[in-house]
Amino acid sequence: MEPVTEGTILAQDGDLKTQEYFVNMGPQHPSTHGVLRLVLGLDGEIITKVEPHIGYIHRSIEKMCEHDNYRQIVHLTDRMDYLSAHINNEAVCLAVENALEIEVSDRVKVIRTIFAELTRLASHQLWWGVMGMDLGALTTFLYAFRDREMINDIFEETCGARLTMNYNVPGGLMFDLHPNFQKRVKEFLVHFKSKLPEYDMLLSDNVIFRQRTEGVGVLSKEDAISFGVTGPTARGSGVSCDVRKLHPYSAYDRVEFKEILMADGDSFARYKARILEMWESISIVEQLLDNIPEGDILAPTKAVIKLPKGEFYQRVETARGELGVYVISDGGKSPYRLKFRSPGFSNLFVLEHIAKGAKIADLVAMMSTIDIVVPDIDR
Amino acid sequence: MDNEALKQKIAAWEPAAELVEEGSQFLNAIVTPPQLRALAEKLRYDEATRFDYMFCLSGVDFPEHLMVVYHLRSTTHQHEMVLKVKIEDKENPAVDTLCDIWRTAEFHEREVYDLFGIKFHKHPDLRRILLAEDWQGYPLRKDYVDPVNMISY
Repeated sequence: MEPVTEGTILAQDGDLKTQEYFVNMGPQHPSTHGVLRLVLGLDGEIITKVEPHIGYIHRSIEKMCEHDNYRQIVHLTDRMDYLSAHINNEAVCLAVENALEIEVSDRVKVIRTIFAELTRLASHQLWWGVMGMDLGALTTFLYAFRDREMINDIFEETCGARLTMNYNVPGGLMFDLHPNFQKRVKEFLVHFKSKLPEYDMLLSDNVIFRQRTEGVGVLSKEDAISFGVTGPTARGSGVSCDVRKLHPYSAYDRVEFKEILMADGDSFARYKARILEMWESISIVEQLLDNIPEGDILAPTKAVIKLPKGEFYQRVETARGELGVYVISDGGKSPYRLKFRSPGFSNLFVLEHIAKGAKIADLVAMMSTIDIVVPDIDR
Repeated sequence: MDNEALKQKIAAWEPAAELVEEGSQFLNAIVTPPQLRALAEKLRYDEATRFDYMFCLSGVDFPEHLMVVYHLRSTTHQHEMVLKVKIEDKENPAVDTLCDIWRTAEFHEREVYDLFGIKFHKHPDLRRILLAEDWQGYPLRKDYVDPVNMISY
């Protein structure tokens, strides 16, 4: 397609003439959150077409997996959705453990769940900060990063990394918790529970913010299911799709939490779903933190892991939705084929559907509430 | 609906479908390209099955044939199954599109076309999606060789 065409004359009544424009948004654009290029068709400031062009950071992780062993594959996954790194690692580990019928200890399950929820909190914090910034409120970015830093510090203390953690290995965890872990998480929870209402005060109750998100980018429940949208994006449209509830893994069957479902399906509903989800994550961490059972942190596995012949499908709930790991094994040390069903890929392509007919300024809000992470889409 | 009831339904709709449960946690229905579309429509729109959510679509390159794998779930009945289409023709692999039945298939099919070279008949916009438009070959095929970008093992 031509980036900018001369355009066709759409209206010829009177003096007003409107040309249809094609505008490139990205690949270098602050609100595309990475190298994503959208080709927009515009009639004035009304969007007639949104065509996502992806693949700028495609690394063919699926092809690499066909040559790597299962321990190495775990390390590739946190290069996909780097904001849900721990949960991505967990997906591959669970797939291997279920295929080999390895029973991991309760301690591992609980620690994995606490880490996953802290990861989700950190991811939603970053999303909230960036969402405000996309709509012109720089303050939110600074507030969110102040709080997110505390979680990153907690991760760093236990596993030495802040973002790409590689804390999970098939069979359990790489090392035990740092002695300070519980104390610091408690400090964080006290701090963040007093700050989360501020998030509401700053954005959720802000008149300008609500005018720009309410009734904008409405996605119906049927369309959300048909487009394969998952995570808070789908739950904003009332689709019950939380993998933690539908197919509980790790310690999610022993904690109580609500699946947040909103009715409206607009940008604000998707926004609110994530804010309310943060409260649920806090509650899950609180329920587990004082009851971490004793036990081994690593179940014995063979040096070279070989999965039995067959097909295995494992899904987890990342901060963006359902991540599926589909492994076809021929009995060797590498998978014959490994497919990552990434939540971002399916979620992104609903954008044209909800943005058609909206104003170009609102597109940024819609993109923010879909919560795109480009490496997750390109893989 | 449990797997036994699903098996009976599918066998009634498409007697030639191969139904397999071994080696997978789901019920697998394996069909040929001409049978795919009619069976997919039945699975999606019949009141008893109502598979309205396609949660994964993958291509696979087996030594003898290519395969497209559709993981299906019903959000009303909560049951799941896998629909597979076996494409014997490796030179000109083609199958009907399902993107008007499940909208998410449109983009996943483009990915399978991009990486495996499987064509989808009647697809509205079949172009490469991840790789550049002038890319040669289909990287996820097992016989693909790229001396520049690939490390040989």
